[in-house]
Amino acid sequence: MKFMKALSCATVLAGCVFSSASAADMTVGFSQIGSESGWRAAETTVTKQEAEKRGIDLKFADAQQKQENQIKALRSFIAQGVDAIFVAPVVATGWDEVLGEAKDASIPVILLDRTVDADKSLYMTAVTSDLVHEGNVAGKWLVDTTAGKPCNVVELQGTTGSSPAIDRKKGFEEALKGHDNLKIVRSQTGDFTRTKGKEVMESFLKAENGGKNICALYAHNDDMAVGAIQAIKEAGLKPGKDILVVSIDAVPDIFKAMAAGEANATVELTPNMAGPAFDALAAFKKDGKEPPKWIQTESKLYTQADDPQKVYDAKKGLGY
Amino acid sequence: MQTDLDTVLSANRIDKVFPGAKALNHVDFSLRRGEVHALLGENGAGKSTLVKCLTGAYHRDGGTILLDGVEIDPRDTLDAQRLGIGTVYQEVNLLPNLSVAENLFLGRQPRRFGLIDTGAVNRKARALLAEYDLDIDVTAGLDSFSVAIQQVIAIARAVDVSGKVLILDEPTASLDAHEVAMLFRVVRRLKARGLGIIFITHFLEQVYEITDRVTILRNGQLVGTRDTASLERRDLIAMMLGRELAAEVHDEAGASKTVDGPVRFQFRDFGRKGRINPFNLDVKAGEVIGIAGLLGSGRTETAEVMFGARRADSGTATIDGQAADLSSPRAAIRQKFGFCPEDRKTDGIIGDLSVRENIALALQARRGWARPIPRAEQDRLAAEYIKALDIRTTDAEKPIRLLSGGNQQKAILARWLATNPDFLILDEPTRGIDVGAHAEIIRLIETLCEKGMSLIVISSEIEELVVYSHRVIVLRDHEHVAELTAAEITTESIVNTIAGTAKTPDQISAAAGAAAGEIA
Amino acid sequence: MSMLGLYGKRLLPQFIALAIILGLVSIAFPGFFNLQIQNGRLYGSLIDILNRGAPVALLAIGMTVVIATKGIDLSVGAVMAICGAVAASTITAGYSLPATLLITVGVGLLCGLWNGILVAILDIQPIIATLVLMVAGRGIAQMVTNGAILTFNDEGLIFIGSGSLFGLPMPVVIWITAGILVALLVRRTALGMLIEAVGVNRRASTLSGVSTPVLLIAAYVLSGLCASVAGIIAAADIRGADANNAGLWLELDAILAVVIGGTSLLGGRFSIAASLLGAMIIQSINTGILLSGFPPEFNLIIKAAIIVFILVLQSPKLQGTLAFLSRSNSTPKPAESKAK
Repeated sequence: MKFMKALSCATVLAGCVFSSASAADMTVGFSQIGSESGWRAAETTVTKQEAEKRGIDLKFADAQQKQENQIKALRSFIAQGVDAIFVAPVVATGWDEVLGEAKDASIPVILLDRTVDADKSLYMTAVTSDLVHEGNVAGKWLVDTTAGKPCNVVELQGTTGSSPAIDRKKGFEEALKGHDNLKIVRSQTGDFTRTKGKEVMESFLKAENGGKNICALYAHNDDMAVGAIQAIKEAGLKPGKDILVVSIDAVPDIFKAMAAGEANATVELTPNMAGPAFDALAAFKKDGKEPPKWIQTESKLYTQADDPQKVYDAKKGLGY
Repeated sequence: MQTDLDTVLSANRIDKVFPGAKALNHVDFSLRRGEVHALLGENGAGKSTLVKCLTGAYHRDGGTILLDGVEIDPRDTLDAQRLGIGTVYQEVNLLPNLSVAENLFLGRQPRRFGLIDTGAVNRKARALLAEYDLDIDVTAGLDSFSVAIQQVIAIARAVDVSGKVLILDEPTASLDAHEVAMLFRVVRRLKARGLGIIFITHFLEQVYEITDRVTILRNGQLVGTRDTASLERRDLIAMMLGRELAAEVHDEAGASKTVDGPVRFQFRDFGRKGRINPFNLDVKAGEVIGIAGLLGSGRTETAEVMFGARRADSGTATIDGQAADLSSPRAAIRQKFGFCPEDRKTDGIIGDLSVRENIALALQARRGWARPIPRAEQDRLAAEYIKALDIRTTDAEKPIRLLSGGNQQKAILARWLATNPDFLILDEPTRGIDVGAHAEIIRLIETLCEKGMSLIVISSEIEELVVYSHRVIVLRDHEHVAELTAAEITTESIVNTIAGTAKTPDQISAAAGAAAGEIA
Repeated sequence: MSMLGLYGKRLLPQFIALAIILGLVSIAFPGFFNLQIQNGRLYGSLIDILNRGAPVALLAIGMTVVIATKGIDLSVGAVMAICGAVAASTITAGYSLPATLLITVGVGLLCGLWNGILVAILDIQPIIATLVLMVAGRGIAQMVTNGAILTFNDEGLIFIGSGSLFGLPMPVVIWITAGILVALLVRRTALGMLIEAVGVNRRASTLSGVSTPVLLIAAYVLSGLCASVAGIIAAADIRGADANNAGLWLELDAILAVVIGGTSLLGGRFSIAASLLGAMIIQSINTGILLSGFPPEFNLIIKAAIIVFILVLQSPKLQGTLAFLSRSNSTPKPAESKAK
């Protein structure tokens, strides 16, 4: 590694100068996917906040859902000789070449939120949440809350075939294993949207004796839960009481519902992927300590006991 | 029906029934080897139906078909082709975006290793077309050639595929004189090769030029089969119409007429750059102005600027001394103008709408969408004009595209008559329609001008113009070059005026000939 | 009487398809036809179908008229998103409900006007012209909401999405009313006939004095209007404007509804009622799939299979073949209806 560095010092002078500078005046390029969801917007906001907190100069590029834009942004970062590149990859494949270019320029690349299908040596680390673990946390909460009482669960899946939908379902089912009182009676996709969440929940309610057979709802994201809560209310039932509601993501609106007693729990998919990434980068720049290839973010469980109104107020400004 | 040894195709007692109408009633027809046999009749007489029964496009309801003495029963046109009966229609039914060679061998391309052998296709295509004296780039797209060439290509394909009987359904309708001559050379050559050729046309001149025998149908019945050479034209028309209408129309020819009274419509320096040079024209009430000229001389363009279909960029128009806005069809219609365009299919009929709606359309458009014509009133209008113009349709709710060409033309006329226009422009009102409807339209033109309507009639049939025009404007190279009045209006003088400058003589005689041919 | 009979015959295939689908769903889910009164409104799966089908039904109204002119409007889904976003941001900015609705509908009209001008005046092909707004529209909506779901609490606006009138959910009342109004508008005036004329033969219609550009623009404006109302309903339903997902792919459902309704994509003859039935057929399939409890992986396949089945049933070729088969079974009979 030392040898590599020396070699690159000889060839790429600029990079060498920058990498010897302290964390305070580091320049980091961040290629964001776009702003396709509230969570994504919050991630952008938090990343900017975290950079500012550390005095890092963040160069931000919005790829508008296009990989070619991301590749262009990465090449431009390399040309500018930034100290590190953060990228939230829009797709998993097709990264080898541009990551190779970054490696040749000795610019460490950190993946945020999603991983890529490329050789692990091409990037320094990936900061992501563990989707299976998130489902697991949600499931555990339900197991603990029902405490052995029989409970029919309906599940609102994410977009069919997407990895969050597969993994969050898997984690949840794992947590329920061995607890025969909990039974998933219906499971349908709500496409991660409020509209579909509401529509599908309406059909669940009709299909399960007006909702009287349903004891809990597990939604793969908060948006579907918010839609479903409305459907439960319109069916004349009390969400949060007649039907327990647990979901994943921890977007502000679910805290509003929790504050109103209409939702019970949510598992946070933190928008702060950049914080751990900056920490790992600083440690690496300081003493050359390579971080592990995967940094797992915390999947924090929020319940009504966590002062949801306060969390809502704190989160609402993040651009969700 | 007797069959002689030369007979290649014979149809005996063919019946075809449509809901509400007997389209063919015990029709006999026979075709010899090496003859060109015309199939004649008014629109709706059963020509197309008979051909469709022969080619399997329709399933006949009775009768037998013998090909080379063997009874056949084609399931569809493809089946008929395989048996030996090929058909070429007026609208060439090939694929315009494929090459000539591909069109010739589509579905039967020579293959090599399971793949289409393009080289062989092109070679064979060149050889095939050489038989027709056609030396063209067979790799070029079909649509890069004129309709006439396309027609020959279609014939070449049909003959190559089928080889016994060739049916030509109005092949000359959209061809000029040269092209017709070329087509006829091809037909004669095929005749010499022993093919039996059925030839459907409206041009009687061509019937006499190319055919050996004629078979005439009327109202689904066989009127008779005659040797062309021994059949007087007048008798032929009488057989087709069942009445001596042709003579009736013709008797009025040459009667010099003038119209008295003030000028109602005045065009001064009216024109549009690149389409029609500025012209002056005064039209009185009750006057019929004929417009003559070769195709492309600016006839249609004159009509278009007058009606606002293309906005005039010079000159003024006045009606009864008042400046008139003719900047768009809508504006012209407000001035009580009407316009029956030349191309019925693309510019005239609204194919999927009913006859009733087609008749009511212009009147409705003038009233505006908010004031619908009550349904009862529409029904009355439709019934009135169906009766008055003798539009042949089973009922007013039939989609107009199902009507024959002449009846479509009459319905478009009805559309404008319903608006009670003062100034009606008719662009080729008698093109492509049968003799009966033809005579009726000519009579109608005369009736309308007697009622005080001013008419502009564009026609390439000069004898027809002579019959009804008070004045004839002659066009050449986008310019109004002469105005003939009263006694000057004769076929000869019009032809001479058109010929004015150096024009190839056969073009002119063709124009005159076509006119003579259709009216007879 | 004969008019009514004619109308019934026109809608017969759609009614049969709907009946078959509802029948199938009731086999898979026995409580399907149960209706009860809850919170002062009818409540049940049938009502869900009417309610959930509201956006597509509204879009289908405008789409029918546009398709009748031989056009197509791909932008309606994006216009829904724009209008939902505009409604949410206006109401949260403190405007009154009437002002919000007026502004939102105004934006929808503008979107339609834009499409109409591209098609009628600049003579751009409708599929391309409306593709512009389809692509750009979602971006515009995201700009309005800043990419987040913009939520609101205005009871009036929410009422449009989840309130009820005459015992029916508001969206149902709205689309049925809109359908009747538009159907009356086009059939009690000459608009319907003129639109059909333009759709079949634009050139001939212009030459007959029909003000073609005005009619074309009006058709797209109507489509924009319908999309804006659908956008308001979609936003009000979830009490928030979801720029990314509101109306996503609904333009295709709307086109499908029109096609199932038997209106040709080549323009001409159209029926609003048939398109609305088409929309209900699509929603019945959607709701039926949800109720039947199949795993979600099968949703699209089932939906596609049913739709293919319906379209095949409607295909003239098949009907011709059936007629031919019945003809060749017996002795030759006069059954040729197509002359050319």
